[in-house]
Amino acid sequence: MTPRLPAPPPRAWSTWLLLAALIALVAASFATLPLQFGELFTAEAWSTTREFLGGFAPPETATPFLTKTGYAALETLSMSALGTLLAVIAGLALAVPAAGRFGAAPRALVRGLLNVLRAVPELVWASLMLVAAGLGPFGGTLALAFHTSGVLGRLFGDALENAEPLPQQTLITNGAAPLPAFFYATLQQTLPQMLSYTLYRWENNIRAAAVLGVVGAGGLGQMLKYHLSLFQMQDAASVIIAMLALVALVDAISFVLRRSLTR
Amino acid sequence: MRPCPCRTKRRPGWPWAPASSAARSVSATLSLSPQRLAPPDPAWRRRINACVVFLVLLWPMLVFSEFKPWILFDSQSLAASGRFLAGFLHPVLGREFLGIVLVNTWQTVAIASAGLALAMLGAIPATLIVTERLSISRLGRGRMRPAAALVRHSVRSLLVLLRSVPELVWALLFVRVIGLGPTAGVLAIALTYSGMLGKVYAEILESSSAHGTDTLLANGSGRIAAFLFGALPESASELVSYTVYRWECAIRGSAVMGFVGAGGLGQRMDEATRNMAGGEVATILIVFVLLVALADLVSKLLRRRLG
Repeated sequence: MTPRLPAPPPRAWSTWLLLAALIALVAASFATLPLQFGELFTAEAWSTTREFLGGFAPPETATPFLTKTGYAALETLSMSALGTLLAVIAGLALAVPAAGRFGAAPRALVRGLLNVLRAVPELVWASLMLVAAGLGPFGGTLALAFHTSGVLGRLFGDALENAEPLPQQTLITNGAAPLPAFFYATLQQTLPQMLSYTLYRWENNIRAAAVLGVVGAGGLGQMLKYHLSLFQMQDAASVIIAMLALVALVDAISFVLRRSLTR
Repeated sequence: MRPCPCRTKRRPGWPWAPASSAARSVSATLSLSPQRLAPPDPAWRRRINACVVFLVLLWPMLVFSEFKPWILFDSQSLAASGRFLAGFLHPVLGREFLGIVLVNTWQTVAIASAGLALAMLGAIPATLIVTERLSISRLGRGRMRPAAALVRHSVRSLLVLLRSVPELVWALLFVRVIGLGPTAGVLAIALTYSGMLGKVYAEILESSSAHGTDTLLANGSGRIAAFLFGALPESASELVSYTVYRWECAIRGSAVMGFVGAGGLGQRMDEATRNMAGGEVATILIVFVLLVALADLVSKLLRRRLG
């Protein structure tokens, strides 16, 4: 006896249309890009790749080089921490108007500004900052600060807007000035949430700072770009390992922090 | 930081110390002393310590990141950024340049879509291998065969490796191997995102109800059938919506990857910034922000429809 399966549910024609459009998008992507996958599988490419990968084999472990890598890792860490700190300050300053405390027009204006800050990725900010701040970690720090203040300003603004209004109103009704009322009621309520957003963004920023250097903004990324462009593969391998270690370290620390905070 | 103003008045039975700040100010107002004494800050010692620790930590960071804001304001840098920013006021809107930008925008979208399609080709088999729900030897005794556990662990660590190398680094490496152009971008996205998708797909499947899959497996169905009829119907919409969200991320990523020579908008922007052509940078930035907003919108629409 053949098992009788229930009839499949009817599908709307728009679902089929959507599916067809997605398949068409992918097909068009492969068709229009000048891809060279064919070359990837020739014997020549194979030997080049093997040579390339073989070049990584013993990562460079000379002490002076390791010191330099450690210095670059510290540079990356400092860039991310300082960028996040600047972003917290700017984000908090922008969050107050973004939460509608000065009326609807400033709110819309500041939200638009935050959207632009956020829409431009860190790396693009970094390449723009090179013009003003020159090569080096300072430009990277500013780039992180710009992008992150867009993100944090939005999140902080939402947190302020969603905070329970009654505690602040109570203080004001009882004669407190608006500023102390804000500091002692609304800010106190939203501080834990803001702290957790900040930690999360910092974690993201360390990852971003590690690669920002490829446009010349200091840290491990700049070292990687430098050694790769000189085909010093063993040095590049060490730098990549340092990047992975840094990110793993941050992941572990934030995991422990988060668990201790939420418990 | 306020120094403790009234050491002499501090009595052992200080009544205000543990009260909340609001209660403190109320009792301060009610106190009968002629001038309103500010109550001592009970946490001043801790606050000073925290400030000192903060400054001690901040100092090396300022040094390491070469934090010199004044270089932004020296005359040379001001002139350069002034010229650059002045260009922003006149975005280049010539037909020829807009055409180039449009082609590059499509290339960015195409790199993201092709990369994500390849990533799914890698991620779906990896998910089927990694998902512990689909283990038959686990049924009943709760422990996998050592060989199966070994395979799952090795594929899982391969996925970890794929996604923990940033996509930009993959792109840099591929640009070295196969040269400039979109192939490097597609491969970089494919590798990073197969790591991410594989991990998250497995997590989504694991978090669905185990009942259907377990019943099917226990009654002798194959793993693929158990997956298709047990786990997939429950988590399909979540899987699809996560994939769409990743497509949006891939568009952002592929735009950025151009900076290392992997084609698309980023490469055009890198060239324009190098030439200090403010007008061209402005046009590309506007197109970029519009593209990200559009991808955001499309992904939101798709997710609402599918989720």
